[in-house]
Amino acid sequence: MDTLKAFLRHPTGMIGLVILVAVLALAAAAPVLFPDSPWDMVGAPFQPPLSEGLLLGSDMLGRDVAAGIAYGARVSLMIGIAATLAAVLIGVVIGAVAGYFGDKVDDAMMRLTELFQTIPGFILAILLVATLGPTLTHVVVAIGAVSWPPVARLTRAEFLRLRGREFVQAAVCQGQPPLVVVLRHILPNALSPIIVTGSLTIATSILIESALSFMGLGDPNLMSWGFMIGASRTVIRQAWWMSVFPGIAILLTVLAINLVGEGLNDTLNPRVARKVRAA
Amino acid sequence: MSMSASAVSGGRGAAIVLPIVGWVAKFVGVVLVIATFNFILVHAAPGDPVQVIASQSGAADAKLLAQLRAEYGLDKPYPVQLAIYLKRVVTLDLGYSYRQQRPVRALIAERLPATLLLTATAFLIALTAGVVLGVLAGVRAGRWSDTLLTIVSLLLYAMPVFWLGLMLVLLFSVKLDWLPAFGYVTIGVEMSPLQRLGDIAAHLVLPATSLAAVYLAIYARLTRSSVIEVMHQDFIKTARSKGLTQGNIIARHILRNAILPVVTVAGMQAGALVGGAVVIETVFAWPGLGRLIYDAVLQRDYPVMLGIFLVMSVIVIVLNLITDAIYRLIDPRVALRAAS
Repeated sequence: MDTLKAFLRHPTGMIGLVILVAVLALAAAAPVLFPDSPWDMVGAPFQPPLSEGLLLGSDMLGRDVAAGIAYGARVSLMIGIAATLAAVLIGVVIGAVAGYFGDKVDDAMMRLTELFQTIPGFILAILLVATLGPTLTHVVVAIGAVSWPPVARLTRAEFLRLRGREFVQAAVCQGQPPLVVVLRHILPNALSPIIVTGSLTIATSILIESALSFMGLGDPNLMSWGFMIGASRTVIRQAWWMSVFPGIAILLTVLAINLVGEGLNDTLNPRVARKVRAA
Repeated sequence: MSMSASAVSGGRGAAIVLPIVGWVAKFVGVVLVIATFNFILVHAAPGDPVQVIASQSGAADAKLLAQLRAEYGLDKPYPVQLAIYLKRVVTLDLGYSYRQQRPVRALIAERLPATLLLTATAFLIALTAGVVLGVLAGVRAGRWSDTLLTIVSLLLYAMPVFWLGLMLVLLFSVKLDWLPAFGYVTIGVEMSPLQRLGDIAAHLVLPATSLAAVYLAIYARLTRSSVIEVMHQDFIKTARSKGLTQGNIIARHILRNAILPVVTVAGMQAGALVGGAVVIETVFAWPGLGRLIYDAVLQRDYPVMLGIFLVMSVIVIVLNLITDAIYRLIDPRVALRAAS
């Protein structure tokens, strides 16, 4: 409750939350606001914004840009959250194994993490989607596969810190198996920084997803913001609105998530926050 | 970073030798792992690996497939196949693009200079402008210019790099007509070498700025916070009481200390920078590796995709080595610790 109250008093965090709720509402209301499929032709092509019945104009094929943005919100949020769950799962497992067992296991795990941080993640994601095929699941897997290293490093650091604490040692001495020690005693205490990193990972996942669909590697059955920009970039001289509005949608969504993430960081880890502010 | 840790022990001269050994080991390690990864990917792809290597091209007749199968040893067990593949990579044989009917190595060599020019320019813009802006904001912490930096960087963090590029095109090419929007050099115009250089530079401005923008923001904020931290330390007060001018203090004392975290982070982000170059080249029709991989993805040209992934990873490692060397230049303690 205290955390909630602190967050509600966090000015930029609240701005982010308000924008995020608006995006969520848009995503939820998409079928009500735009009963037709976003792929349907609803008017003449190349209609500028504020034309009749087309708030944000139409694209090269006469599709409603506003409808595309509403349905795109669903895709962006869904992929952002699913890919983050994948990244957190991989990152926590690798970080926990490294931090709990330490020594040689830690060494090997950290080398793997470092390698994944060295290679250009976006190109790896391109390769994965191109090889496995552009479906929703594969896009999620590809983004998850390149987004886990920061989570792993953080989890490892937390586990190393908690591993030596008395309550953990006591549990080990009682003969509790490693899995129980990890799940019942260490992980719950390491959760708040993982939540903060996770929330920021949603933002980067949405950015990676938009870049993949911009390059034509999104699921071809799903209308997404990156696809809209990629499809209309060649006509940007004649029709700016087709690229500008989906971009603003990405910008606002990612900004909102980043602000909420920073707000969570300040309220969940007040000690860190105070140190940063003092610096 | 990991190299500096491994260089802590050792005798005189180890300061130079040990990091180089570490670098070479890291380089070889990463190349081998990525090659292995490529190998696994080809075998994990749906369909016959031979079909994947031939990229399902129309030219993939039975004779070619049989020839490929023999060449890659695809009838042999996996470890042998992997060994054959690694041997090819080590000898810089990146395979053959059946789509483009040319060796992958030749295709990459042709496009590499443009990508290097773009990434190096963006990297330099981000580092220099980021540090300068960060110092200015840090020295004036709390004033309006400082707040402006915070807001602009929040926006840049949230912007897809390809969209920023398109918006710059919209403003500086379509509306103002100041800068060319697409390509590398104006085609079909007679130019002296100097004019040509200027023309390429004009074409470089928008893509390099778009690619650099977000890193510029990150480095500026980092520099800002470390400037603020350094400014309150005792040795700065000492310098001030000695009567040094503000400019002198910034140049000789603050900058040197404030720049170190920036260099560390710049090294860590080299991979993201190179990945961003792929998207930016697509936006600006910049004839580098990014464009090549975009076309390869559309045509499912696997040998080209895998070759570019390998080469781009090597670029990242080289950028890592450069930042590591810069770090050693700025912070003599790293070298001292290694030598003692």
